[in-house]
Amino acid sequence: MLNYDLVVVGGGPAGMAAALKARECGIESIIVLERAETLGGILEQCIHTGFGLHYFGEELSGPEYAAKFIAQIEKTDIVVKTDTMVLDISDNNLVTAVNKNDGLLKIQAKAIVLAMGCRERPRGALEIAGTRASGIMTAGTAQKYVNLDGYMPGKKVVILGSGDIGLIMARRMTLEGAEVKVVCELMPYSGGLTRNIVQCLDDFGIPLRLSTTVVETHGKERLEGVTIAKVDENLQPIDSTREYIECDTLMLSVGLIPENELTKNVGIGIDRITSGAVVDEMRQTDHKGIFACGNVLHVHDLVDYVTLEAQLAGKGAADYILGNSDENPCYVNGTTGNGVRYLVPQRVNINNKDDVKIYFRVGRVFKNAKVVLEVDGNVISSKKKVKLAPGEMENVVIPAAVLSSMTADSSIVVRVEE
Amino acid sequence: MCYDVAVIGAGVIGALTARELSKYNLKTVLAEATNDVAMGASKANSGIVHAGFDAKPGTLKAQLNVKGCAMMKELCEKLSVPYKNNGSLVVAFSEEEMDTIKDLYDRGIANGVPGLSILSKEELKALEPNLADDVAGALRAESAGIVCPYELTIAATENAVVNGVDFVRNFRVKEISFADGVFTLKSDAGELKAKYIVDAAGAHSDEVAKLIGDSCVNLVMRRGEYFILDKAVGDMVSHTIFQCPTKMGKGILVSPTVDGNLLIGPTAEDIEDKFDKSTTANGFKTIKTFSVKSCPAVSVRNAITSFTGLRAHPVNDDFILGPSKVNPQFIHASGIESPGLTSAPAIAEYLVDIIRNAMGDVTENESFNGTREDVFRFRHATDEERAEAIAKNPAYGRIVCRCETITEGEIIDAIKAPAGARDVDGVKRRTRAGMGRCQGGFCGSKVVEILARELGTEINEITKFGAASNILFDKTK
Repeated sequence: MLNYDLVVVGGGPAGMAAALKARECGIESIIVLERAETLGGILEQCIHTGFGLHYFGEELSGPEYAAKFIAQIEKTDIVVKTDTMVLDISDNNLVTAVNKNDGLLKIQAKAIVLAMGCRERPRGALEIAGTRASGIMTAGTAQKYVNLDGYMPGKKVVILGSGDIGLIMARRMTLEGAEVKVVCELMPYSGGLTRNIVQCLDDFGIPLRLSTTVVETHGKERLEGVTIAKVDENLQPIDSTREYIECDTLMLSVGLIPENELTKNVGIGIDRITSGAVVDEMRQTDHKGIFACGNVLHVHDLVDYVTLEAQLAGKGAADYILGNSDENPCYVNGTTGNGVRYLVPQRVNINNKDDVKIYFRVGRVFKNAKVVLEVDGNVISSKKKVKLAPGEMENVVIPAAVLSSMTADSSIVVRVEE
Repeated sequence: MCYDVAVIGAGVIGALTARELSKYNLKTVLAEATNDVAMGASKANSGIVHAGFDAKPGTLKAQLNVKGCAMMKELCEKLSVPYKNNGSLVVAFSEEEMDTIKDLYDRGIANGVPGLSILSKEELKALEPNLADDVAGALRAESAGIVCPYELTIAATENAVVNGVDFVRNFRVKEISFADGVFTLKSDAGELKAKYIVDAAGAHSDEVAKLIGDSCVNLVMRRGEYFILDKAVGDMVSHTIFQCPTKMGKGILVSPTVDGNLLIGPTAEDIEDKFDKSTTANGFKTIKTFSVKSCPAVSVRNAITSFTGLRAHPVNDDFILGPSKVNPQFIHASGIESPGLTSAPAIAEYLVDIIRNAMGDVTENESFNGTREDVFRFRHATDEERAEAIAKNPAYGRIVCRCETITEGEIIDAIKAPAGARDVDGVKRRTRAGMGRCQGGFCGSKVVEILARELGTEINEITKFGAASNILFDKTK
């Protein structure tokens, strides 16, 4: 059995930033376990730019953003094991992993950072009737085929879902000579960033049809076409609007699901809305010494925010290992008010001496609305927003001074005021 | 070269019949129209080992179901196929339906089904607390079970090949001629000669029979749609839960699968097109409505996939087994709808008995080994077994499918096995790579790479399930 102070599960942007931060805070024995062949996670196949504007103040591609962290890791003695899959985490922080060279690995950790990322929602989770032809795949799988393997997964493409990966792939396939016929979005608004709609669809004349979904696939071997239809206010397809579109590929960008199988096996509490762990402001779960960050905690739209969140988890894990964390935390749960779907962190230790930033997403599009933070019924902040959309993560800050005035019975509410 | 027997169709019937034939000194070929075994009803059915109370006493269905059910456990152990004797319950929702339950019980007794009992509402709810509150009682059948139908077909084919059967894929029989006591079977891929034919071509067995001028096989295609739900809800019921049967079949069931998922379905809808395996919006609605009636907590929000199977329903309502009136060397194995999977081991024996009797002096194959070499399954192995396997073959240390914990070593085994996988779906059925909750989102492209590497081809040659189901086009710019 091996012993490490900190085991980081996942070597994507979250895992790398958490490991580096813990190192900076004085943790010497750190191991990062990554299931892919290289560090970097999904960034390795995201060859478009737009990464790093917030964190580095420059526009980078995915691999460039990852490379900056990989270079930093390489300068340290943080142990990295790639092509290594974590199979289990026990109640007492014993991590079981496997790879080709070491076989089965048993690693006893003092603290663990969960940074496994997320997966794409597949076709089976949607009720699309029709055949099981080839040519139906998630946008991320298509992205891997094009960007890493160098093969075209299709020539005439329909994309269902306007999540960011779908939008990016609409542009990518067009640049590679494919015809992207339409992007359909079930909701009356896009789930992607506004900048991606402009740069990936509008600039290439690709139509985005809102309140529209794919209801049937056709073709017995390779996909030959899809039937799309508009949906009513209950998101049910309207039969009279059915329309056949010839295509050989259907790409799905219909949502990302945090990969929390390991988390659930440990018995860690999961937030029903985010599908990630319930955490405090240091991203510690309800299992002491286990932290979570990045897309395994909640799906982010910008990697820059993943990095910042992972640094909190890295610092939290370091404090825990060094015995500097609060032995008797006093937690207050945040509450989602009007228009707010979820908050991360879900709970805040009011003994914390620093400002606490709470991230959240709204449930629908708001125009000219205010984001209001209330503590104990008092408005702490109220910020005007021209537009709020589910695709763009927002945040509010609870100042340290407000925290110090709170008690165990205090309340925190984040809401949208129209 | 002339085979003694050509079995047409590598579904569960063809595969088990070929394996049964390999127990004797007979030269047998198993000819399959598609790129893999189990591509028809054998890969898309409920996977239930029925106790045998449904069929009318005296029918082939009744006789072979009860016999097959009794054979299944031992066969699955020999072939290293997942099987579980979980028992079944036919649930009644009214006193009227309780009468049906009593009729089924009587029929079961007449058919010789062991382990039947009628449960009161209280007994039923104690056994299955997640059933609806308005259940009235149930018929319990302790001998019923669940099995993985495509693994059974794969394993039977492998074992047949190991024991000397030739397996030919992509051989769709288009013409059959007969001269000097020998059939010549022609396909686009070439021809085969055989003294006997077993027509186990499933939904297409009527067409094959017509090739020798026999039009007695009268089939109706009956579509059945299903949902597979996530393992998170796989233990909602422990028995297979049926509702009272109707003239269209046994209705919508809710059942655990041997792999730990929950299966709900099938619908029953007669259709024309034998190749139409599409799912439908109406089918989805029907499954939802009826599965919730048995088990209110079932939700298709937990669905990881849906699929359609086609059962070849015989118009005369019984299996069609035996020599053709046109040519007695042509043996029918048609109309194998439910309980066809359960009956399959018994059907195989039944058919081979017919051939042996017809041929006369058939001797036993003394080197026959009916046990399939144990297949390494990382997910089922202990830590010690895992460490040992990886030490021998490091590919068992590389997880390719995260959701189901399937290693590269298992995928290579599936490709290299006798009658092994040639496409992505073939790997999926043999290993479960891609059958988990992400449905191949992460591992799909890795499986394509491994197939291309092991088969010595380019990745854009790899298909999902043969024919023109390619996954990739040309290289990027």
